[in-house]
Amino acid sequence: MAGFDVVIIGAGVVGSAVARELSRYQVRVAVLEKELDVACGNSGRNTGMLHAGFTYKPGTLKAECAVEGNQEFDQVAGELQVPFRRTGKVVVGFNDHDRENLLKYKAVGEQNGVRGMRMIDKEELNRLDSSAGGEFAMYVPDSGILDPMQYTIALAENACQNGVEFYFNSRVVAVERLEEGYLVKTEKGEFPARWVINCAGMYAPEISEMLGYPNYPTKGFKGEYFVLDKKAGKHLGIPVYPAPNDKGGFSTHATPTIDGNVLVGPDSYVTEGREDYAATKEHLDGLIADGKKMFKHMKREYFIRNFAGIRWKRYNPQTGEILDFLLEADENRPNTVNLVGIESPGITCALPLARRVVKIVAEREQLEPNPDFNPCRKGIRKYIEMGTEEKKAAIAENPDYGEVVCRCENVSRAEILQAIHNPLGVHTVTGIKNRTRATMGRCQGGYCETRITKMIEEELGIPPEEVRYSKENGYMFTGKVREDV
Amino acid sequence: MRQTDVVIIGGGPAGLAAAVRLWEKGVRDILILEREHFLGGILRQCIHDGFGLTRFGETLSGPEYAGRFIDQVLEMGIPYLTDITVIDISADRKVTASSRDGILEIQAKAVALTMGCRERTRGAIGIPGQRPAGIYTAGVAQSYINLQNKMVGREAVILGSGDIGMIMARRMTLEGAHVQAVFEVQPYASGLPRNIEQCLNDYGIPLYLSHTVTDIKGAERLEAVVVSQVDECMQPVLGTEREYCCDTLILSVGLIPENELSLAAGVELDSRSKGAVVDENHQTSVSGIFAAGNVLQVHDLVDFVSMEAESLADSVVRYLEEGRLATCMLAVKTDANVTHAIPQKISGGEDFKLSLRVRRPVKNAFIRLSQNGNIILEKKMPKAIPAEMIQIPVKARKLNKESDLEVSVVW
Repeated sequence: MAGFDVVIIGAGVVGSAVARELSRYQVRVAVLEKELDVACGNSGRNTGMLHAGFTYKPGTLKAECAVEGNQEFDQVAGELQVPFRRTGKVVVGFNDHDRENLLKYKAVGEQNGVRGMRMIDKEELNRLDSSAGGEFAMYVPDSGILDPMQYTIALAENACQNGVEFYFNSRVVAVERLEEGYLVKTEKGEFPARWVINCAGMYAPEISEMLGYPNYPTKGFKGEYFVLDKKAGKHLGIPVYPAPNDKGGFSTHATPTIDGNVLVGPDSYVTEGREDYAATKEHLDGLIADGKKMFKHMKREYFIRNFAGIRWKRYNPQTGEILDFLLEADENRPNTVNLVGIESPGITCALPLARRVVKIVAEREQLEPNPDFNPCRKGIRKYIEMGTEEKKAAIAENPDYGEVVCRCENVSRAEILQAIHNPLGVHTVTGIKNRTRATMGRCQGGYCETRITKMIEEELGIPPEEVRYSKENGYMFTGKVREDV
Repeated sequence: MRQTDVVIIGGGPAGLAAAVRLWEKGVRDILILEREHFLGGILRQCIHDGFGLTRFGETLSGPEYAGRFIDQVLEMGIPYLTDITVIDISADRKVTASSRDGILEIQAKAVALTMGCRERTRGAIGIPGQRPAGIYTAGVAQSYINLQNKMVGREAVILGSGDIGMIMARRMTLEGAHVQAVFEVQPYASGLPRNIEQCLNDYGIPLYLSHTVTDIKGAERLEAVVVSQVDECMQPVLGTEREYCCDTLILSVGLIPENELSLAAGVELDSRSKGAVVDENHQTSVSGIFAAGNVLQVHDLVDFVSMEAESLADSVVRYLEEGRLATCMLAVKTDANVTHAIPQKISGGEDFKLSLRVRRPVKNAFIRLSQNGNIILEKKMPKAIPAEMIQIPVKARKLNKESDLEVSVVW
């Protein structure tokens, strides 16, 4: 295999953003990902919030990147066709202590450069959203909601169309320093590279060590979520957060999703397990109790799914203090960039961080602009978002648009086919799901999953036992019931 | 825009039966809209027998049962379209459907809602744990095995004693899989006694009542489930956890009438039945929109689905003749021992059939119907279980037109 100019380890939102930003230049870039798709870790396991940046300590990378990422996102969403809405946010309070904290973080936000924050009374809060709990609130107009999986996919697809190569099912097991550059070893092959960039998310400490940096102390703060039916979504137009605690952390909140559902969560508790994504009865029960305080329509009949995500944070073992994002490039390990402890607000910060990575590379060597770079990426056009006349035209042009495969989310065969033949070559069932929303509705694939797996087999010419749900060993079928006669 | 007398949404057992009855009564301008490539609905994948005893006096497989109606539809030449999905119904009965041929818009005089039901999912009941491959609702597993010839797993545990779950326990056993057990959170089975006998007992598959799955293990494919006993409040009892190694979990935890289109039309739903609020004519809160079958209430026998739809057809015929049906003013009220009752509205001036389910098993009870404290009818029930729908014909001559009807279970 010929060498790469840059190998990026990890295809989460940060790795994908770095890939996309590097694809502006004439460099050969590979992204190595242990899973079968992008955004399989915490890039896809969060609230989908475009944070404004009022809880982060002034001067930190978190604060700087969040404000920068927030304020540029309309343009980014437009270029990459990422579903996004600047909803604003209400941070609600119930008592004097809450009010104190809200005022404190309003001042922090203003220092960070967050625009337009103001305190509102109950009357105005109810006018903004009658489903919101709370006696008063801080209104933050710049917060927004987006689909974090679609965003990561969009960044990666844009990088891919500009020449970046993605290698899935490629867990990095070692990085060897060569006379010039590095040899990145995966379970499946070796990747010689002049530059190595650590975007490994939760596994960043291990990669950090492989690159010769310290294995920084980190720990996980897990949070669980309920996904509520779009019927509940009709009641919520704006994210409702409780006043932050004294450390700037939020407990359970209610957030509308860009597609019209509601997320209730996350709560927060420490976990040791790096991929401990299991939901627990104790915490789900807690979400029900706490969720009702934020969202008056929190009801069991609206539950369609639950999930968990982990904010894997860097901390000081002596003081227990949670530390800022780490972005470093040590001269003793030339041509490496090390990103550790990138967690919330990682979605908001991904592109600003990526630009800082590119800047480091550009300081060391001359980067020639890629004359073919196209910042725009086309998403899959959604049937459900078309008006009747648009539907008629779309079907006339491509009859697959008329065939509804997912009944809950009204996803057409045309969209499923585009997702199966996605630019990154991802072929899992969850890959199709995250690209189209098929199976994400209230019946959770009860109707369409059988159709989607069949389409995967037909389109790729593979037998049933090769269909994967989301992971390499996540087979859907053990084979045929009977051999064909 | 196309004008049609009756548009039937869904070509399953309810829609087909309604269409045939309408035709028999002289209605010709009918259109059945079916999203699948074939008529027959869910019956196509129900290859076991046991259908038709009440309706046809013999026992048939699902496809055979559907075939009886499909043959009639074809013989009569009743218009139908397949591979077409209804995406909207308006309150003034404009039906919008999508197919490869484009968007079809139809102005109907009457709409029959016969969309059936869907399965309750893992997410809806909030089972904790990891989310590997290998967890299927019973109907999805049935579709894979019976329609697509794909085996879903080898070592299975079944949660929920719904009929499809028990039928899948037998089906998977017959195809060489090992089914370890069926677990039911309630202290009684939710499926029919005959299925416990024929699908579980005959194959030595144990049924554990008051048990549920409390954890799911496996990062990629399912590796094990943890099952716990539950107390009277359905809460897991600590210390009763047992781990079952398996690659497949089949969920049979309830069916929900599929009423998204009904809601689009502004049809009022009953929070107990999850189906439309209907009167004795099967008419919903929206004039000219009728509902029957599993979209109205989940049935245990397909025979009753067809018969309910035939009764719907009779009302639609009158609706077409008379232009409208009078609003029914009297409410059907139920006590806490009744899960739900259909219809929810009556006039007091017509015969009708009352369908209901009891909330828990009872012995030597009476179903009592009364108006204004006066007992109209009492049906003796030596044994009543939630799994079996109870149907009671009520004669108009016994009713007054002034008072709501009260339905209670007494013993």
